[in-house]
Amino acid sequence: MEPQADQRIALAVRGLSIYFGHHAVLKRVTIDIAARAVTAIIGPSGCGKSTFLRALNRMHELNPDARREGEIRLFGDDIYAREVEPVVVRRRVGMVFQKSNPFPTMSVAENVTVGLRLNGMRDKRLLAERTEAALRMAALWDEVKDRLQAPAVSLSGGQQQRLCIARALAVQPEVLLMDEPASALDPLATQKIEGLIVELKKKYTIVLVTHNMQQAARASDFTAFFYLGELVEFGPTTKMFTNPAQKRTEDYVTGRFG
Amino acid sequence: MAGCTATAPRVEMTASNHRWRKAKNVCMQTLAFMCAALVILPLLLVLFHLLSQGASSINWAFFTQLPKPVGEVGGGMANAIAGTFILISLASLLGVPVGVLGGIFLSEYTHRRLNRWIRFTADVVNGVPSITWGMVVYGLVVVPMKGFSTLAGALVLGLMMIPLIMRTTEEVLQLVPAGYREAALALGIAQWRMILQIVVRTAMKGVVTGVLLALARVAGETAPLLFTAFGNAYWTHRLTEPIAALPLQIFNYAISPYDDWHRQAWAGALILIFLVSAINLGVRALTRDRFSRTAPQILMPGHHVATEVQPPHGTAG
Repeated sequence: MEPQADQRIALAVRGLSIYFGHHAVLKRVTIDIAARAVTAIIGPSGCGKSTFLRALNRMHELNPDARREGEIRLFGDDIYAREVEPVVVRRRVGMVFQKSNPFPTMSVAENVTVGLRLNGMRDKRLLAERTEAALRMAALWDEVKDRLQAPAVSLSGGQQQRLCIARALAVQPEVLLMDEPASALDPLATQKIEGLIVELKKKYTIVLVTHNMQQAARASDFTAFFYLGELVEFGPTTKMFTNPAQKRTEDYVTGRFG
Repeated sequence: MAGCTATAPRVEMTASNHRWRKAKNVCMQTLAFMCAALVILPLLLVLFHLLSQGASSINWAFFTQLPKPVGEVGGGMANAIAGTFILISLASLLGVPVGVLGGIFLSEYTHRRLNRWIRFTADVVNGVPSITWGMVVYGLVVVPMKGFSTLAGALVLGLMMIPLIMRTTEEVLQLVPAGYREAALALGIAQWRMILQIVVRTAMKGVVTGVLLALARVAGETAPLLFTAFGNAYWTHRLTEPIAALPLQIFNYAISPYDDWHRQAWAGALILIFLVSAINLGVRALTRDRFSRTAPQILMPGHHVATEVQPPHGTAG
C-alpha cells in the first residue's frame, strides 16, 4: 500500500531528466508543485522550462527522440507508470499554448466542447452547460454569448487565447499548464489573462511559464528559476524576487543577464 | 556639412533618374504579365478549337444513342459516357480510400525510414508511363481471366490514383499547423480522432482537391485502357465484359478514316473536358467551408499557409 498522497501537492517531481537524443535538456529536477496555487517557471531561453512543462502532461513524448528518467506523481498517481495512457494524463493536466490555436473549422461553442465531444460526450444539454461554465470561468462568456455559432477565428487575439483557456477548462482538468500564454498579446489582453490566472487558482493548480518577470511577480505564488536545464532555485515568489538565496537568481530577476 | 556629403553620397532625386526606373518597372511588369498570359493561352486555344470543331456534333442523340456501324451517319456515345463514369467510380473505390489513408500514414505517423521508402516508391510509381500500368494489369488480370473487362479497366485506373492521391494528401496534411495537433492532443483526444476530426477536417478542401486532380487525370487516360477495358460498341452488362470509355472512343474515332467519326471524336473530347470541369466545380461547391470568409486561407496542394507555425516538437524554452 502506498501512503496517502499529500493533497496539498499537485505534482511531485523527483529526479526528472529529459534527453533529446544525447542532449540532456533537463537535469535531475526535483520539485513539489503546490495545489490550487500558481507556480511560475522562469529562466532564459533554452533553459528547459518549456520541456519541463511539457513533461508534466507527457507532451514531450511527441518528439520521438525524447527520453525520460525520474518520476512525476499527480496527486499521488505515477503519470509515467507502464499502464498509464498519455491521453488520460492529458485529460487531467490541460495545456494552453503561447500562440492561441482555436480550431479554424469550428465555431466558438464547438471549440469549447471539442475535448468533450471527441471523447464521446453526446448530450446536447450537458454540452451547452459545460460551454457556458467554461466560458464564464475564462471570463469570456459576456463577450461571446451572442456569437457562440460564429467562427472561432473571428474573435480578437486576446479573446482567442481566453477561448483556448475555456477549451482546456471544459474537460475539467486538475492542473492547467500555461506556456507563455500572454506573450503574443497586447498589454490590455495580457492584463485580462493575468487577472484570470489569479481567479482560476481558486479551483485549479496552475503552472505558468513566462519570460516576463513582472508577470511572474504579479500572478504567481511560487517561482522556480531554471538555468541550463537545472532547477537553480525554487521558493515563494516574494522571496525569489526580493531576497533570493542564489546569486544567479538575483542576477536574472534583476535583469543583469538572460 | 562637407564631411557629411563625402561619407554619405546624396541620393539622386532628379526626375530623369526616376523616369528611367519607372520605365524598367513597366518593362518587367509587362514581361511577367505576358508569361502569365502564356499559361492561359493554351487552355483558351484548346477550348476554342474543341468548341468550333465539336459543338456542331453535340445533340440529343449524342448523349442517348449507341455508336452507329460504319457507313451509317449519326449515333452517339451514350455507352462511352456512362462507361467513363462507371470506370472512374469503380477506380475511386480503390484509389480514394487507399490513397487518402496512405497519405495520412505518411504525414501523421513517424516511421522515418519506412516513410522514406513509401514516399520514394510513390514518386517512382507516379512517373511510370501509363501504358506500362496497362501492360501490368493485362498480365495480372486480363490474361488469367481470359478477356478484357470493366474490372481490369477500373483496377488500372484505381492503381494509378493511389500514389497521386497519397502524395497530395500528405502534402496538404503537412500544411496544417502543428499547433492544432498539439492543442488537440493536450485535450486528451486520442491520436486517430485528432487526425480525422482536426487535421483532415482542417485540410479537407486540399484533400478533396487532390482527389479531384487524380480523378481528372485518370478520366482522360487512354493507353492503359487499351488492353484492359478495351472498349465496347454496345452497353456493358457485367463487370467481366469489356466497357466503352470516352478517351477510348475518341481515340478509335480519331484514327478512323471517316469524317463523321472525326466530328464525333471532337464532340467526345469536348464532353470529356466539360465532364472533368463539372466534377471539379461540383465537388468544390459541396465541400465549401462553413467559414470560408473568415477561415485562414485554404489549404491547397502547393499553397503555403501564412501562419507562423510552431515547431512540431518543442525543445526550446
